[in-house]
Amino acid sequence: MAKQLYNQPSPLETRIVSKNFAIEGSETLDVYLANDGYKAFRKAQQMTPEAIIEEVKTSGLRGRGGAGFPTGLKWSFVPRNSPKPRVIVVNADESEPGTCKDRLLMEYDPHQMIEGILIAGLAVDAHKGYIYIRGEYRYLIDAMDRAIDEAYAKGYLGNSVAGTGFQFDLCTHSGAGAYECGEETALLDSIEGKRGIPRMKPPFPAVAGAWALPTLLNNVETFSAIPPIIRDGGAAFAALGTPKNGGTRLVCISGHVNKPGVYELPLGFPMMKAINEVAGGIPGGKKLKAVVPGGSSCPILRAEECDIPMDYDTLAKVGSMLGSGGMVVLDESTDMVRFALRIMKFYAHESCGWCIPCREGTTWLKKILQRFYEGQGRREDISLLGELSKNMLGRTFCALGDAAALPTISIVEKFTEDFEVYLARQEVLV
Amino acid sequence: MTFSPQLEERFAKMLTRYPEGRTRSAVVPMLMYAQDEVGAVTKELIEEVARRCRVTPLQVDEVVGYYSMLHRKPQGKFHVQVCTNISCLLVGGEELYEHAKKKLGVGHKQTTADGQFSLEEVECMGACSWAPAVEINYDFHHFVTPEKLDQLIDGLRKAQ
Repeated sequence: MAKQLYNQPSPLETRIVSKNFAIEGSETLDVYLANDGYKAFRKAQQMTPEAIIEEVKTSGLRGRGGAGFPTGLKWSFVPRNSPKPRVIVVNADESEPGTCKDRLLMEYDPHQMIEGILIAGLAVDAHKGYIYIRGEYRYLIDAMDRAIDEAYAKGYLGNSVAGTGFQFDLCTHSGAGAYECGEETALLDSIEGKRGIPRMKPPFPAVAGAWALPTLLNNVETFSAIPPIIRDGGAAFAALGTPKNGGTRLVCISGHVNKPGVYELPLGFPMMKAINEVAGGIPGGKKLKAVVPGGSSCPILRAEECDIPMDYDTLAKVGSMLGSGGMVVLDESTDMVRFALRIMKFYAHESCGWCIPCREGTTWLKKILQRFYEGQGRREDISLLGELSKNMLGRTFCALGDAAALPTISIVEKFTEDFEVYLARQEVLV
Repeated sequence: MTFSPQLEERFAKMLTRYPEGRTRSAVVPMLMYAQDEVGAVTKELIEEVARRCRVTPLQVDEVVGYYSMLHRKPQGKFHVQVCTNISCLLVGGEELYEHAKKKLGVGHKQTTADGQFSLEEVECMGACSWAPAVEINYDFHHFVTPEKLDQLIDGLRKAQ
């Protein structure tokens, strides 16, 4: 019997980081080694650290956690010659609503990520790594622990990785339920045993991160993309995408589609093709209303704005983001007031309370949206929602305030008619 | 306070993983694992974790209120977590949560009188493409319908 995957692969995919997913036993080291495993590490071992970083830069890889920062550039910021030891931290706190891809990378191909971490270790001369996994993913913490134990037992972690003399230690670290800890500096506070509160930048984590040590911090998918990049060359990876938007990425399609799932698509893949062909279109012949392109923090797009290629720069041009790859599809029946309220309930719940514009802003936005949803809305609330949100922008330590404000601004501006429907209904009742 | 041998082994290892003098780092994971065995983050557990991690009890206490998975009171033997965030909302997550409330006869963060089940409306748990999703303790369930949820709950009840 074939391996049961979370969703059927699509023939339109370009499977690079997910190439081993369907292979029986893909989570074991032996199967990984039989499928190109550790070829990249051995190659990287023969390269200078500068050459490794250059290869990553050539690949055009940009952080897959949400911010989309060029990975090679981030690696080059870590001071290799610092008298302090460097550490690597993997952000596996996947919690952006709409995003469910890192789960698969850890469940189906944990050794690919470990190899990516080891190559990063060579690049920045780090010998210790921590995988910060959200507490809800206990089964994945266990899965990563098993993979790490196997790697130690077979000599792929520890004193001499793959017999090369390179020493590296790796472990998992459990979170305990906090969206905020996906923000890199809050994650660092959390890993130090504190409440996850964002830090002032600079200093950036590359210089003073976990325990004030120079820290290389990337998302699960970013590390998982490193072995194919080093193995087949940065140029080959870059060529899969569009200029400045190298390679492929896992796109998590959810909401109103016939075949929701996680699909690996090249950067620049047409959004409408992803919805209609990869994800099988909208059920019941309904029309598309809107798309959240990259997780709940991203400004929403109206249906007519969605005929675009999915790459970082195009999304920026239309005023949104590719984010963490969580694409949520909304059909014409969706009530945008209810949708906006659910988003704000989430951010109000997750705001850590450190910055007042975010703590108070999310709470008040939630109250206004709740009032509107319950039929007590006022005409001036529509502009108040937008105004309040705009006042949060750029006034917080971390991006959570913006993440709450941006989708709200876009929903109020682009779907004012949905708010009008509520007001009209109230007038009838009066 | 002592834990099971497996947990003691885990904690011994855990405390060696962080840089010299940084045992405070083990506070959150230690609370997570210990809570599963003890049933809740009790005052005694806070003091024990503080002693092991060489911090003050207050430094442990202050993180308990921050992390949503740490709880001071025991939950049901089966903790039913229903996601109603956007991807789940669009395909019936909120209706599923309402159904769960009726089925179990309890509300958000409440426990049934027999202590078997507790319910929580949770934020995104990373199952968006297989929504609506429910997590019972640490087990994920995907594409959950009200009927499927009934079967799950009845099955757990019978197994008692």
